[in-house]
Amino acid sequence: MPLTTNTILICAGGACISSGEESVKNALERKIKEYNLQEAIKIVETGCMGACSIGPLMVIYPEGVYYQKLTPKAAEKIVEEHLLKGRIVEEYLYKGDKGKIVPQPQEEIPFFSRQVKIATRNLGIIDPLNIEEYIARDGYFALYKALKEMKPEEVINTIKESGLRGRGGAGFPTGLKWEFARKAPGDEKYMICNADEGDPGAFMDRSILEGDPHTIIEAMTIAGYAIGANKGYVYVRAEYPIAIERLSEALKQAHEYGFLGENILDSGFSFDIEIRIGAGAFVCGEETALINSIEGKRGQPRVKPPYPAQKGLWGKPTNINNVETLACVPPIIKNGPQWFRQWGTEKSPGTKVFALAGKVKNTGLVEVPMGITLRELIYEIGGGSPTGKKIKAVQTGGPSGGVIPEEYFDTPVDFESLTQLGAIIGSGGMIVLDEDDCMVDVAKFFLEFTVDESCGKCTPCREGTKIMYEILNKITNGEGTEDDIETLEKLGNIIKDSSLCGLGQTAPNPVLSTLRYYKDEYIAHVRDKACPAKKCRNLISYVIDTSKCVGCTACARVCPASCIDGEIKKPHEIDQEACIKCGSCIEVCRFGAISKVSPALD
Amino acid sequence: MLETCEKHIELYKELDSYIQNFKGKKGALINVLHKAQELFGWLPPEVQEYVADKLNISPATVYGVVTFYNFFSTKPKGKSQIKICLGTACYVKGADRVMERFLDELGISEGEVTKDGKFSVHGVRCLGACSMAPVVLVGEKDFYGKVTPDMVPSILKKYKGEG
Ligand SMILES: Cc1cc2nc3c(=O)[nH]c(=O)nc-3n(C[C@H](O)[C@H](O)[C@H](O)COP(=O)(O)O)c2cc1C
Ligand code: FES
Repeated sequence: MPLTTNTILICAGGACISSGEESVKNALERKIKEYNLQEAIKIVETGCMGACSIGPLMVIYPEGVYYQKLTPKAAEKIVEEHLLKGRIVEEYLYKGDKGKIVPQPQEEIPFFSRQVKIATRNLGIIDPLNIEEYIARDGYFALYKALKEMKPEEVINTIKESGLRGRGGAGFPTGLKWEFARKAPGDEKYMICNADEGDPGAFMDRSILEGDPHTIIEAMTIAGYAIGANKGYVYVRAEYPIAIERLSEALKQAHEYGFLGENILDSGFSFDIEIRIGAGAFVCGEETALINSIEGKRGQPRVKPPYPAQKGLWGKPTNINNVETLACVPPIIKNGPQWFRQWGTEKSPGTKVFALAGKVKNTGLVEVPMGITLRELIYEIGGGSPTGKKIKAVQTGGPSGGVIPEEYFDTPVDFESLTQLGAIIGSGGMIVLDEDDCMVDVAKFFLEFTVDESCGKCTPCREGTKIMYEILNKITNGEGTEDDIETLEKLGNIIKDSSLCGLGQTAPNPVLSTLRYYKDEYIAHVRDKACPAKKCRNLISYVIDTSKCVGCTACARVCPASCIDGEIKKPHEIDQEACIKCGSCIEVCRFGAISKVSPALD
Repeated sequence: MLETCEKHIELYKELDSYIQNFKGKKGALINVLHKAQELFGWLPPEVQEYVADKLNISPATVYGVVTFYNFFSTKPKGKSQIKICLGTACYVKGADRVMERFLDELGISEGEVTKDGKFSVHGVRCLGACSMAPVVLVGEKDFYGKVTPDMVPSILKKYKGEG
């Protein structure tokens, strides 16, 4: 007879895997076996718990104790102390801002307590590969309700009244889109889930697919019923093999339980879902390009109109929704539209998942009510700067978005407000930038991305973004002129107006928004050949302060170009000609003797 | 030589049976190419032509699709593929310097294979572990987080002995 029964939820999201989740799990299993506790203790690998910066993570139930930054050794100790003797192992507990130990941060720390989880409600809580755990959390209840108690029109009206807007970037009202597809003539229609997640810095769709695949199956089936489609496709990026694997397994289970296939729940409605795998092209996230890709073609966008709701996949009426949008559907159907509207703003109801990353302490996935301010998001939930350096701005919306300076952090996060500032919510990537980040270089980073990803079909996007990139390159190399800045602005606006699809229409945004708020940085680059953030390599030099250097030789030993000279215990010197400006020396200097200067020394 | 030929016959057979699954289904090309690349490691012209023939489409169409998508490779890759995340979070944490160091240490450029066939280096988009930025993935499974240029030699050392 086992003494206690515990369940250990261990996070198997991307960041925890990359910080060693598997070895922690193995250590747990080994120890548990050693003490013959297999019967009493269950280990469940869950989807992303969101607090990625303190992984690998696990929570032990029923107590709900949260352990962080685990190692195999920590895991062994926790088995012996906590599970065997009931003594909490303090050294691996979550520690708050002032080093205060918090055994149940879920209830006390803003990072957890300020979140409202709708789309990510099951992440980190259930075993994604166990349909019964999904059902136990009211899974497939909404499907039952929709098929048995509601007409398709009622389903559409519920979604319309909830005010749910697309989470894939454009923020188009979901209910309206469903209605267009429903009303489009034809008996063959398709329902597509867009899981291409192109923004390089956002991973909520992947986390939902990996951590709660059944919610997507349930939502797609409901959507299929609402618009009159019997066939669905999930278009997943090839870079997400775990998501593909878990979704395939979930599809199998849903079939076995009768939630997919012929005559679902005896309702007379039949629906099936097939997975299509992308092949690494950002533009395929655009809905018409995605349709081409599912058809097995080059993923180039089509001219709109006709919209997919009229003429989509194989020329038939088609509805496309993003993963996170769909994940909101079952709870809305189950709880009603007013329930959803208790969060968020009038025009942007509900919640949004953000991927917080960059120069912020608590990185990870957070789901918060729309209308929260950027300041709350970045300082309260995100915990502010990890290094004490000044936070300068936040980049939202990835390659289609822009930067928002710190002065505007009291802006509420909703679709309209961010657009007004020249940024967008986009898919929810939020990269926090600090004083070390050069805005011209940030713009260049995104332009390099779009140049690479432009599909080449229309000239403004194909040629225009390339010219913009080249100019930015010139400026960051210290070869730009003031005319170049003007050209960037003009060209950017032309590309916006004349490109065929959303990729080109938004590609200049990172440049235009940095120009809007940080023109002085551009000017410093061209006029003074200086990079105020001291990031652009051609415009900086590394120097050693001889009064601080004690001659410890650490820098000379680490320099890959062997360009630092000096005798032991005597101040060292950098040979500027040979220096490749890799920055390794600054990292190892413990005396603060090395610094960067801009403009560069000759 | 003989061994590789026999191996290839096996691979083609496996590809055939995969293609059978798509009988009567539309739009199979991309899935078939995924399978082919999984089997052969890359997509040499012969394989592309084979796929075209089997699916009854022109080799030009196949080539057009192969070259459109980043995921498909018309060049062989190293035994250990080093994927360096160049997503936004990794960029702001200095992924460019990590990339540079890998290329320097191996003496190749991005996409190239080392002479001994052991390594190739590829820049990829967000690996979904942004909190651990910069992130490097070697092969399919070995993740390295918070990588600094100084860590590069020791990462490489782990794989140098293999093969
Ligand atoms: C270049 C480009 C890339 C896009 N990438 C994505 C993506 O990765 N995921 C996504 O859901 N939507 C993406 N979209 C938006 C889709 O075209 C489409 O609006 C969305 O999938 C609709 O779903 P929603 O209404 O639920 O947001 C992209 C659009 C453009 C123009
Ligand atoms: S940007 Fe590198 S893992 Fe996300």
